[in-house]
Amino acid sequence: MDKRMTADEVAAEIRDGMTIGIGGWGSRRKPMALVRALLRTDVKELTVVSYGGPDVGLLAAAGKIRRLVFGFVTLDSVPFDPHFARARQSGAVDVTEYDEGMVAAGLSAAVKRLPFLPIRAGLGSDVVTINPDLRTVTSPYADGEGLLAVPALRLDVALVHLNRADARGNAQYLGPDPYFDDDFALAADRCFVSAERIVDTADLSSAPVQSLLLNRGAVTGVVAAPHGAHFTSAAPDYGRDEAFQRHYVACAKDPDTWPSFVDRFLSGDEARYQSEVARFREAAA
Amino acid sequence: MSQDVTRAEVAVVACAELFHEAGEILASPMGLIPALGAKMARLTFAPHLLLTDGEASLLDAEGHVEGWQPFKKVLDVVVPHGKRHVVMGANQIDRFGNQNISAIGPHAQPERQLLGVRGAPGNTVNHRTSYWTPKHSRRVFVDAVDVVSGVGYDNARKAGPAASRFNDVHRVVTNLAVLDFDTPDRSMRLRSVHPGVSVEEVLEQTAFPLDTSNVTETRLPDADELRLIREVVDPRSSRDKEVPS
Repeated sequence: MDKRMTADEVAAEIRDGMTIGIGGWGSRRKPMALVRALLRTDVKELTVVSYGGPDVGLLAAAGKIRRLVFGFVTLDSVPFDPHFARARQSGAVDVTEYDEGMVAAGLSAAVKRLPFLPIRAGLGSDVVTINPDLRTVTSPYADGEGLLAVPALRLDVALVHLNRADARGNAQYLGPDPYFDDDFALAADRCFVSAERIVDTADLSSAPVQSLLLNRGAVTGVVAAPHGAHFTSAAPDYGRDEAFQRHYVACAKDPDTWPSFVDRFLSGDEARYQSEVARFREAAA
Repeated sequence: MSQDVTRAEVAVVACAELFHEAGEILASPMGLIPALGAKMARLTFAPHLLLTDGEASLLDAEGHVEGWQPFKKVLDVVVPHGKRHVVMGANQIDRFGNQNISAIGPHAQPERQLLGVRGAPGNTVNHRTSYWTPKHSRRVFVDAVDVVSGVGYDNARKAGPAASRFNDVHRVVTNLAVLDFDTPDRSMRLRSVHPGVSVEEVLEQTAFPLDTSNVTETRLPDADELRLIREVVDPRSSRDKEVPS
């Protein structure tokens, strides 16, 4: 079974109005090559579920997000993504803002095919007032606690980026943190994985077995995407490209400069992106 | 010695003091000064604290990895299990300890988008929470926060026993003072002012009334603590950028 496909083929599977989950965390191991492919389509009106980083900023800047389900959007070493801030401040995106743990509970409920999962997080905060559809559930046991019932966050498509995968869709993380990529994969009808390298199945055994986060039963397609998380981190293959991230932030802050960033880095294909990044680095060195 | 102790160093010690008698729990300091405080606390009076590297590893005082704690474990287990004391920042905080890190202005279309509520709602109804702000001002210490992210005592009470059961807003440390909620109605109290700061100055920079019935002076670091701050936990004096003297 060979599930290899291109990033553009993945993007072509995404339709207007779909709910897509994006793995990673903040500016860490984001499936940026797949996001960049999505930017090249005319898809719109997406509901995006993300522990948000520049994936959210870029999709918001391109007008692709109708609703964002999130706990935060941050670039980690830079607190705020300027595109996301502008999208919120202009009212361009609707949001379902949850506590981080609520996002996890919603994904977990979807994975387990449960309508909701109870959680303490959110009670007493404005999460309940800004999401008036949220309901509480009363414990049927003697304690009688009234907890928040986080509805399942079922996804049409999940996009995740891992370090290694084989052609059959078994996928491996080699860094310190799996983030929520396994939950995103199982909460979705279809999960597409990009990986730094596609390797023979036998080579997946060079790291401990528990690094095999996704088995092929959870994966629809696999994309070879070296530096596919750039400019976010993909430890241990590479860290975050801080200089490039600062450049992204500077351009994103200035509506006059942003079109030239798009023109240089995002108007061509992934190979063009990576070669322009290489040139950017040479110029900075 | 007191002459040359900086305001930043007083703030570091005040943050360290948050963990007095904390025992063998996870300390999660967000921001530089709280992180320096937690490290100094572990090197002195709170040796059993657990601290992360900011990613997925728990590091001991010598820098050895002593545990694995990815984000999923934090949200699924560590926060709800409750053996944790988080020190968060606050763009706004009110009299009962409600905190905002989400957005300034109306949530539907904010004047200024911030991080989002992050883990603040979950942290504050599950375990002890303190706050650090490097600029004590009326912009931060407001009558009412725009988006309740971290849950204060009044809102926890209103939301019922499940919200108030583990709600424990401990203290607020600032560049001017230490505040707590040890009052009959759990409203904010001025606990101590940093050396060189007057009670009036703190009141001026706070938009709501504070209980000032029992204000002391924030303690200075002792000689050993000062050495640890200057030579071990922050030899490059990053602290002075966050809290200028």
